[in-house]
This record gives sequence, structure tokens and C-alpha cells, in this order.
Amino acid sequence: MQDQDNVTRILDAFRSTDAPLLPVLQAVQAEFGFVSEAAMREIANALNLSRAEVYGVVSFYHDFRMEPPAQPVVKLCHGEACQARGLRQLLTQMTRIEQEQLEPVYCLGLCAVGPAAMSPNGGVHARLDAGSLRQLLEDPR
Amino acid sequence: MKVRLSDDALAIACGADAIARALTAGGAEVERVSSWGMHWLEPLAEIDGVGYGPLAVPDVAKLLAGELDDKCIGVIGSHPFLARQTRLTFARAGKTRSLSLEDYTATAGWEGLSLARAMSPLEVVEIVAGSGLRGRGGAGFPAGIKWRTVLEAPGDQKYIVCNADEGDSGTFADRMAMEGDPFQLLEGMAIAGHAAGASKGYVYVRSEYPHAIAKLEQAVRLCRDILAPFSVEVRAGAGSYVCGEETALLNSLEGKRGEVRAKPPLPAHAGLFGKPTIINNVLTLAAVPWILRHGADAYRDFGMGRSRGTMPIQLAGNIRHGGLFETSFGVTLGDLVNEIGGGTETGRPVRAVQVGGPLGAYFPPALFDTPFDYEAFAAAGGLIGHGGVVVFDDTVDLAEQARFALEFCAIESCGKCTPCRIGSVRGRETMEKIIAGEQTEANLELIEDLCETMTFGSLCAMGGFTPYPVLSAIRHFPEDFRRAKAHNTPNLEAPDDVPAR
Ligand SMILES: Cc1cc2nc3c(=O)[nH]c(=O)nc-3n(C[C@H](O)[C@H](O)[C@H](O)COP(=O)(O)O)c2cc1C
Ligand code: SF4
Ligand code: FES
Repeated sequence: MQDQDNVTRILDAFRSTDAPLLPVLQAVQAEFGFVSEAAMREIANALNLSRAEVYGVVSFYHDFRMEPPAQPVVKLCHGEACQARGLRQLLTQMTRIEQEQLEPVYCLGLCAVGPAAMSPNGGVHARLDAGSLRQLLEDPR
Repeated sequence: MKVRLSDDALAIACGADAIARALTAGGAEVERVSSWGMHWLEPLAEIDGVGYGPLAVPDVAKLLAGELDDKCIGVIGSHPFLARQTRLTFARAGKTRSLSLEDYTATAGWEGLSLARAMSPLEVVEIVAGSGLRGRGGAGFPAGIKWRTVLEAPGDQKYIVCNADEGDSGTFADRMAMEGDPFQLLEGMAIAGHAAGASKGYVYVRSEYPHAIAKLEQAVRLCRDILAPFSVEVRAGAGSYVCGEETALLNSLEGKRGEVRAKPPLPAHAGLFGKPTIINNVLTLAAVPWILRHGADAYRDFGMGRSRGTMPIQLAGNIRHGGLFETSFGVTLGDLVNEIGGGTETGRPVRAVQVGGPLGAYFPPALFDTPFDYEAFAAAGGLIGHGGVVVFDDTVDLAEQARFALEFCAIESCGKCTPCRIGSVRGRETMEKIIAGEQTEANLELIEDLCETMTFGSLCAMGGFTPYPVLSAIRHFPEDFRRAKAHNTPNLEAPDDVPAR
């Protein structure tokens, strides 16, 4: 489970920020890979919010996870411009297991050089084909 | 030898960092600059004004030996793709180091802000109003009117919020403006702050743009003293399309669920934390320093009808020459796609073009004489939105595109109103039946009804405009909805027949 001290440290870092809930959640997720029940409770207490409010926010946004991801997930753009550049054909070349490691996102701003993807650490990749996407899944840079 | 190479996310995604390493290893001095926006040529290196691209690592040795003739594009600045443009907002693109205060100041940076601060707030508002600048985020609302409303609203605390959520697929001009010329955007925000009497600004950047967030944060640190007494804070989004809608964005900035607020009150009266707030798109704010420097009339002189100035158009999808094309309003869609864009990259015929993001209409070549102008696009049953142009070749299946539009709405709906939340799900299911060939005509009628309910019953344009891609696809490409057996385009959910490894 998460280290309570670290959540406290993150909360401290945002003491002078107005409406800090989103930045706090983002920092927690960046550090732990997800936002746990315990962290939500801690954050709710510290920010004087109900747990339902914090849960409501965490569950609204696609970026937040409440459980650790099984494996690093690569974000693959499913936006229309990437569709126009062969996304569907690319997906049919991926095995089911590979598809499970791909999370759909809608546009990475690389729309003239798609299909495009982003690795968990923010690395961006364009002009993907089955070979380069597979390589990215094996070594998500 | 000095080699200039872009460090923006697109160049990096195309391998620019590896090129930079190879250049350095080969003894060259590498200077990372902003991107010219000729995306099909990235990574694009510049040596003494001459361009070479798209580069792969094995090209570097030949480049340094002066032998890379087959990838030489000549003098970059006179490339036809650039020579045809009118770059006001993107005047520095490709030419400056994005975080160099020295480069920024040397290219008339901060002049607009100095001029503005020597004027009264009302004078600044009048210049922006007189320029005819309209919001570039999609709705095209006149910026001057919005600014005047906030100036006149009572209150000690007001805010400037920059909408950098850029959720529309097929768009990247905000990203390029933030990564390539972040000081210009901050200068525009500070001018807005002076005009409205606001001392604090926020930039809300989508989390899919980590490079832009990093550049902006550094830029804010570097020019803090120049902006003062105005201050800017950069906030990241959390992966929600609807948070680009201005009131959902304000809720998100306040740390709440990104649900749309009912209007009134307008954000100009009661926006962030209930205070009068100017919320503008990146491109709207980034256009302002130029307008202050050159005057309202100079900007107004560009464009047509009620669409004044220039629009940074984004050529995307299956297009040979994709990238950023800033031009006066009035260029036709056909010229953009065929003459400037060079047709499809696959070399197959162009069949459909979606303009204005996921809520924009699909246009057939028969409508290619439509000029890029807010009113002309509306009259043709579409919208220009944030200026994204996504080209598809003749392998596209418009029934599948219509299904996707409804699915996207179902995924991204904020859930506040029924026509959008339920209508999109029903619509997707119905479209799936049409694709399967079940009672096609009856189901198409059902789609028309659903779309009417969504158009008139939705609180915001998420539900309200999803009918644009759906109905335009049905209207202009009816044959795609009536050939059940021929649908063989894999849809975006994992198909069942994927080979297991
Ligand atoms: C679903 C939805 C998504 C939107 N996304 C964006 C966006 O990503 N960026 C943006 O600037 N405006 C977006 N808008 C438009 C904003 O609501 C608003 O009109 C804009 O921020 C106003 O700034 P402007 O007048 O400078 O365009 C969106 C609207 C809707 C309904
Ligand atoms: S139309 Fe959709 S996104 Fe807009 S307020 Fe209604 S439910 Fe929310
Ligand atoms: S649509 Fe895929 S990067 Fe924009």
C-alpha cells in the first residue's frame, strides 16, 4: 500500500496552492502509479473535503487509476487523424495480449505523423507500424 | 558546423533526439529551435538556412559531409509551403529558440505589452475589438466583447484563463504555440490582464502535452519579472475532452469534476472561483501581441467577411504535406487539401475531410469550394472549430466514422444532461445495427430523431454538435450506410478474430 508519509509530503508541497485537489492527485499518481483508498482518505482530511467528493473527482477523469496498472500501459491515439493514417489496420496486426497493453487516448497533437503513441513516462512516438509499436511495448521509452 | 533542429514534441516523436545525438557525436554544434510546422519533413535540420529532411540517423554522416542532396529541400524560408502562408501568430516558428529571452526580445517580444501598459485598459480593449479577432477555440466569439464585459464587471479579483486543452483530434496549433513560442502566449495573457484588471492568470494544458507543460513552466520562471505584477500558473488537465468546454474547465481548475455549468452566469461575470474571468483559447491570446504592435486595422485587413485576421490551420490525417498553415481567412478547403496539402499521403483519391475536430462535419470533395470562414462553413452545414482539417482517402467507411463520433460522445460526455449521456449510447447502438444491416432505413430515421434531440436538448456543444459528423456522413455518403455486407473496416474495439500469440 501507499506510504502515508509521502502523501503528507505531497500535500505539504501544495500548501500555498489554490484549489490544490487536482495537482495533489496528479502528484500522488505520478509517484505511486495510482491513487489508493488510503491516499484519498488522507487527501480528503487534509483538504477538508468529504471522501465522496475526492472519489467523485478521481473517478471523473480518465487519467486517474484507483489500482496499480498490471503492466506499463502505452497510450495509443485513436483520434480521427490517426484513424485516417491506418490506426485500424495497425490494431488488427496486434495480438490480444498486445492490445491489452494499449490504452486508447484521443489525440496527442501529432496528427500529421500518426499513428502516434505515448509511453508511461511521456515519451512520444510517431509514424508507428506493427514493428515499431511492438518494440515500444517491449521497451516503453 | 552549426545545425538547427526542432525540439518540439512532434520532431521528437519523429526521432529528432537521436538525430541530435548523432550530430553532436559527429562534431556538429546542435541548436534546438521551434518547429517550422512542415511535419512531413520532420526531423528537419537546417544548415545556413538550407533544410534537410526527413532525416534518419544513417543520414547524419552524409549530412555532415555535405553529401545529403536527396533530402535537401533548399532554402527553408522560401519553401512553397511556407511562402504561401501569412504567419502572424507563428512568425517565429522555426526561427527562434523557444526559451530564449534573448531571441524573443530580438524579435519584437514584449513590445505589445509595453504599448498596452502605456494605455488605459479601455484603449486596449478597443484595439482588440477593432481588430475583429474572434475566439479561436471553436465558437468564434468576438474577443473584444468578452474582454469589455470583464473590464466592466465589478470586482477586485479577476482572472485570465488560457484554454490550452486542445482536445480536438486533428489539431496541434496550440501545442506548437506553447512549445515553440511560450513567451508570446504569456505576453498575450499579461496584456489581457492589463485590459481586464486581472492580476492572475492560469494556463490549463491537457495532460497529453507534457512537453508543452514543461516549456510553459520554464517560460513562466524565466519571465516572471517581466510579467509582474501579473502572474501565471500552469495547470495540467487529467484526460477529459469535455474539460475543454470553458465552464467544465473552470470547474476542473477549481478541483472539481469537469462538469459543464449552466449559463448564465457567463464566465465573464462569474467565472473562476465565481470571479469575472476572461477565458480564451491559446491562439486567441497569442494573436494579441501582434495586434497591439501593428494596430487593429493591420489585423483587420486580413481575412474575409466577419472572419478577420489569420487562422493557423492544421493539415492532418492522410495528407502528403501535413502541418501548420497559417493564412488569411478565405482560402478554400479544396486548395488546402489538394494544392497546399498535396492530396493524400497514400496517393489514393481524397474521399472525405473532417473539419473542426470530432464535433465537426465530414465534407465530400463536392464541397471543396467552401472558403475557410466561420459563416461559410456554417452555411455548408459544418464548422471550422479550432481549424483542424483531417483528410481521408477512399478506403474510409463513413458509417464507421459516424459510429465512432457517437461512441466518442458516449465516452467523453460529462453526464449532466440526458440527450447527450443517453442519446450518444443509443446512437452508437443504433449505428451498429445499421452497420450490421438491420432495418437500415428505420434505424437511419431513428438516428435522425436522436440527433435532433441531441442538437436541441443538450446543454453544451458536446452533445449538441455530435450530430454534425453523424448527419454529414449520412447526407454526403449515403451509400456507406446501405451496404451492410460490404462493411469490413475493423472497428476500434478489439475485434474477436485477432490472432493470439
Ligand atoms: C466539448 C467542448 C470542448 C471544447 N474544447 C475546447 C478546447 O479544447 N480548447 C478551446 O480553446 N476551446 C474549447 N471549447 C470551446 C470553449 O468552450 C470556449 O468557447 C473557448 O475556450 C473560448 O475561448 P475563445 O473565445 O478564445 O475561443 C470546447 C467546447 C466544447 C463544448
Ligand atoms: S451536452 Fe454532454 S457534455 Fe455537455 S453538459 Fe450535457 S452531458 Fe455534459
Ligand atoms: S489524432 Fe492522433 S495524434 Fe491527433
